[in-house]
Amino acid sequence: MKKQMLDLIVNENKQLNDQYFLLILGADEKLPEMLPGQFVEVRVDNSAETFLRRPISINYVDYQQNELWLLIQIVGEGTRKLSTCKKGDILNLLLPLGNSFTIPENADAKLLLVGGGVGIAPLLYLGSKLKEKGITCDFLLGGRSMENLLQLDDFAAYGNVYTTTEDATYGEKGFVTNHSILTKNKYDLIYSCGPTPMMKAVAAYAQTTNTVCEVSLENTMACGFGACLCCVTDSTEGHVCVCTEGPVFNILKLKW
Amino acid sequence: MVDLKVKLGRMELKNPVMTASGTFGYGTEYQDFIDLSRIGGIVVKGTTLRDRQGNAYPRMAETPSGMLNAVGLQNKGVEYFIKNIYPEIKDFQTEIFVNVSGSTIEDYITTSEMLNDLDKIPGIELNISCPNVKEGGMAFGTSCLSATQVVKAVRKVYKKELMVKLSPNVTDIAEIAMAVEAEGADSISLINTLLGMAINAEKRIPILSTVTGGLSGPAVKPVALRMVWQVAKAVKVPVVGMGGIMNATDAIEFLLAGATAIQIGTANFIDPTVSIKVLEGIEDYLVRHKLNSVNDIIGALNC
Repeated sequence: MKKQMLDLIVNENKQLNDQYFLLILGADEKLPEMLPGQFVEVRVDNSAETFLRRPISINYVDYQQNELWLLIQIVGEGTRKLSTCKKGDILNLLLPLGNSFTIPENADAKLLLVGGGVGIAPLLYLGSKLKEKGITCDFLLGGRSMENLLQLDDFAAYGNVYTTTEDATYGEKGFVTNHSILTKNKYDLIYSCGPTPMMKAVAAYAQTTNTVCEVSLENTMACGFGACLCCVTDSTEGHVCVCTEGPVFNILKLKW
Repeated sequence: MVDLKVKLGRMELKNPVMTASGTFGYGTEYQDFIDLSRIGGIVVKGTTLRDRQGNAYPRMAETPSGMLNAVGLQNKGVEYFIKNIYPEIKDFQTEIFVNVSGSTIEDYITTSEMLNDLDKIPGIELNISCPNVKEGGMAFGTSCLSATQVVKAVRKVYKKELMVKLSPNVTDIAEIAMAVEAEGADSISLINTLLGMAINAEKRIPILSTVTGGLSGPAVKPVALRMVWQVAKAVKVPVVGMGGIMNATDAIEFLLAGATAIQIGTANFIDPTVSIKVLEGIEDYLVRHKLNSVNDIIGALNC
């Protein structure tokens, strides 16, 4: 898959609440094919404080509208500046970067997609791709509180949505790994993206139930395409770049 | 048509735009973005005698107008390079230099000797300036005596272009430059990164796993320019300038300060096509100033 540097136009910046926003980006030319789990590197501006690009998961690609969705949480100066984007602004992106989640051949596969916080972002696109294959999956989405649960209606279009919040404002109380669905259902494959402690807990559940598990990491990186060697994670093959060998890893490769 | 060719020691580059070691992988990482045959030269990732895993994550911190890195020369060793990487890159239509680093003088000698036999590698860049490894690296480049010893030893076994990359973390860089020139360096490249540090105040911890790391990006450019100017005045061999070059104007400043060629580093991360933009910008500058050759601006600073 050829990587490209493209100028995209902000078609819409939806402020979801005070922490999260959804950028809907359009292009003059047809967007290239992107796979679920891949990410983009967004150039914020040319200022001194936000010098490097920001790696952002692909939330969804609407090929009909020729639009790319980026679901972003404001965590620092770069994401704060991006949150102020206005319709018509131009953003420079590198894309598509990284590997992707494994799509099973078997349409009967029982799949669970577990996301926490802004880590739900790549799971929406994954769910849509699974649906195209005729696979209806289960989503298990968790957040600290109700305002951390996002895009629930969008997820519902592709599968069954189960939720948890730590403060019991929505869905079952607790962490995703406390949800009752995990004791009721047996899955063939679990995908997870979210905070590392959450993904490690999901990986532990997968290990005890002998389930194949893929997680998506988000180490800090400078380039996003394998040149700087800054985003490494430990693996069975030693230090590997999250941007090129990942961001999606089978938990066995991570020694989790 | 302006003439962009420059003479670098015992070789000629089609233009003065090179890419810096550790920021350009093996060139293959950039093939989707640019035509590698257009750039003057590529310095591939720091290569050591044996496989190195590098330092623990986190290895990078964004800083004002720059970044700190503490990669620590992660690479699969020179044998792996020769067997697996060289065949993939040897036909790139640009000059490929291998950046060589080591923990001991013997490591430098053996690695350089092995690379000497590769037809399509016309030169090496001897890295005596990496700030991110415990032993060796920068330790060789911060005293005249050790810099002299390693260059002398490698010069005996390496018959092609020997470029020596200097550390800015010294009191008098011109003195080190003269010392390595005297031992037979064909060219001198500078600067490697400046030793720096970043702290997470909320957590009261250093951001890098190694606490300190190498600073690069526009933040270091004034220091790099000053050092290139000092070294270019002090030695006769060609100087390759680098440090925070983001655009053609930056590159031209280094050429005016006395650099025969330049290397682009950190900017590649932000814009993987920047090397081509710099090249085109230098051409435009020459046309605009009605000059026929890039050599007309090398060291042409009025001062």
